[in-house]
Amino acid sequence: MSQPPVTQTPDEIFAREEEPVDGLHKEEAPPRARGSVLGWMQANLFSSIPNTLVTIACAALLVITVPPLIQWAFVEAVWSAADPAQCRAAEGACWALIEQKHRFILFGLYPFDEHWRPLLAVALFVIAIAVSCFPGFWRPWLAVLWVCTLGICALLMWGGILGLTFVETERWGGLPLTLILAAVGIVCAFPISIVLALGRRSEMPAVRALSVGFIELIRGVPLISVLFMASVMVPLFLPEGVTVNKLLRALIGIVLFTAAYLAEAVRGGLQSIPRGQFEAADALGLSYWQKTVLIILPQALKIAIPPIVNQFISMFKDTSLVIIIGLFDLLTTAKTALTDPPWRPFYVESYLFAGLIYWAFSFFMSRYSLFLERRLEAGAKRA
Amino acid sequence: MSEGSKPETASAITLEHVHKWYGSFHVLNDISLTVRRGERVVICGPSGSGKSTLIRCVNGLERHEKGRLIVNATELTPDVRSVERVRRDVGMVFQSFNLFPHLTVLENLVLAPVWVKKMPKAEAQRIALEYLGRVHIPEQANKYPGQLSGGQQQRVAIARALCMQPQIMLFDEPTSALDPEMIKEVLDVMVELAEGGMTMIVVTHEMGFARTVANTMVFMDGGTIVEMAPPETFFTAPNSERTRKFLSQILAH
Repeated sequence: MSQPPVTQTPDEIFAREEEPVDGLHKEEAPPRARGSVLGWMQANLFSSIPNTLVTIACAALLVITVPPLIQWAFVEAVWSAADPAQCRAAEGACWALIEQKHRFILFGLYPFDEHWRPLLAVALFVIAIAVSCFPGFWRPWLAVLWVCTLGICALLMWGGILGLTFVETERWGGLPLTLILAAVGIVCAFPISIVLALGRRSEMPAVRALSVGFIELIRGVPLISVLFMASVMVPLFLPEGVTVNKLLRALIGIVLFTAAYLAEAVRGGLQSIPRGQFEAADALGLSYWQKTVLIILPQALKIAIPPIVNQFISMFKDTSLVIIIGLFDLLTTAKTALTDPPWRPFYVESYLFAGLIYWAFSFFMSRYSLFLERRLEAGAKRA
Repeated sequence: MSEGSKPETASAITLEHVHKWYGSFHVLNDISLTVRRGERVVICGPSGSGKSTLIRCVNGLERHEKGRLIVNATELTPDVRSVERVRRDVGMVFQSFNLFPHLTVLENLVLAPVWVKKMPKAEAQRIALEYLGRVHIPEQANKYPGQLSGGQQQRVAIARALCMQPQIMLFDEPTSALDPEMIKEVLDVMVELAEGGMTMIVVTHEMGFARTVANTMVFMDGGTIVEMAPPETFFTAPNSERTRKFLSQILAH
């Protein structure tokens, strides 16, 4: 099926709205070379007195901050050193810390000699995501690919067979742990959130009350307390001798929390579907689930992409809160790497490193959601 | 299953003393109406007179609260299955088309036959293309609704309803949202449908169409049927003053 071309993105619409203002200035101002650098600067940076002032202020700020930053981060930085004393002697950033500690930051307490396993698992996971990004690959085999990838990742992380030593989840840490928390959280919370959102709009009072109750309860408490409850209180309710793995408890907490927030994003999408769509589906004799799955959700989820991805990004970063129940996620390992006394002064470098990784994943999600919106925009223009 | 089954009744739709309220507002007040098989009924009346609510009750989009409503020998009861059964026999066309914007024209047409009637996809597509031909837009099959004009969209909507091969078609102001130059193309399709013997209830103010197509004209006001007559009497010698006034208003321009 050929998708019709995208003719107008939201950005273009906004850009278009601004044009008349620009045109107004053009008539007043003396003619200038269109498209030249000077012309562009005049139009965008110095079009009015307040605009000019802001431009000057920004330029000043950049001049004050950027050169020292480059000086610190690159020119005077120590890139490689076995001895932290070299770092202390230098003025710049101590990237030697990352050189020395990156394996701990990335993989936490995972047995040092087995680091290739989480590394391979992360690589496979990232490749699977990359493959999934192409709409052309949205075929049934993609689900098979994911099942295989996750199976292999689990095998690599746990081991215990095929000559791999067993590594209990207590020793998992760093980037793989953060990715597990985020991925499992997203994958499990998303379907739950759809059910909750539908439940909240259900005509059955009991279903509606349950959904509203759950959503409002979870939204009413901070994630920290949900994690804390999952970690501390859940074992109290379990019979003697039954223990639930700490990682699993954290996951349950994150999934429930994310599902409640996502449900509201999905509900927003559901509410924006015109009543006529429901009625047309009803009139054709579609059942509730046929109507929901075939007609309503495809449209509602598309509309809800921005808030849904917003929630994904926020949840990805919130996984760092598992520190309070003693899991060594990426941010915790970055912090723990600094407990080695000679390296302690260089916390900025350590946090920057972890921050950069968080940013890379979040930025990717953000850009991908934009791409997805534009792609789905095709064809679905309402008359 | 339903107590109202008098098999092979001559009447396609029977309303007996049907009432409905929106809160304290009495939208349908003691409506009784019988539509024979193959009969074409055109309902007109001022806005808020209950005409849309009336036909929306016929396929269960709105539920009547008192009286009996029997469609194709199935009485509409609070039981969901009765609604499901009625909807298999009744197609509906809306004022605002209500095509599914995320699906192509062809996908819009085959969706219900495939999912509701469990028809093989190839056969559903064959039928869909046939009906697209009947509404004179076979070439638009792979476009999305947003790429079509209003008149084309409404014709697709008619084809979509026909793909379920209904015995009764309901039209709720099918041309009210259209630009004037597109009204004719939609009405032409409806006339052809009427000539094919389809049982139809049409809510419309297109009096020219009503005159050519209707067997029975119904004028509603204030939730009641004020006048019900064959078109020749209805347009020339209506009984009630209200009908005469309404007709003079809409025929004036």
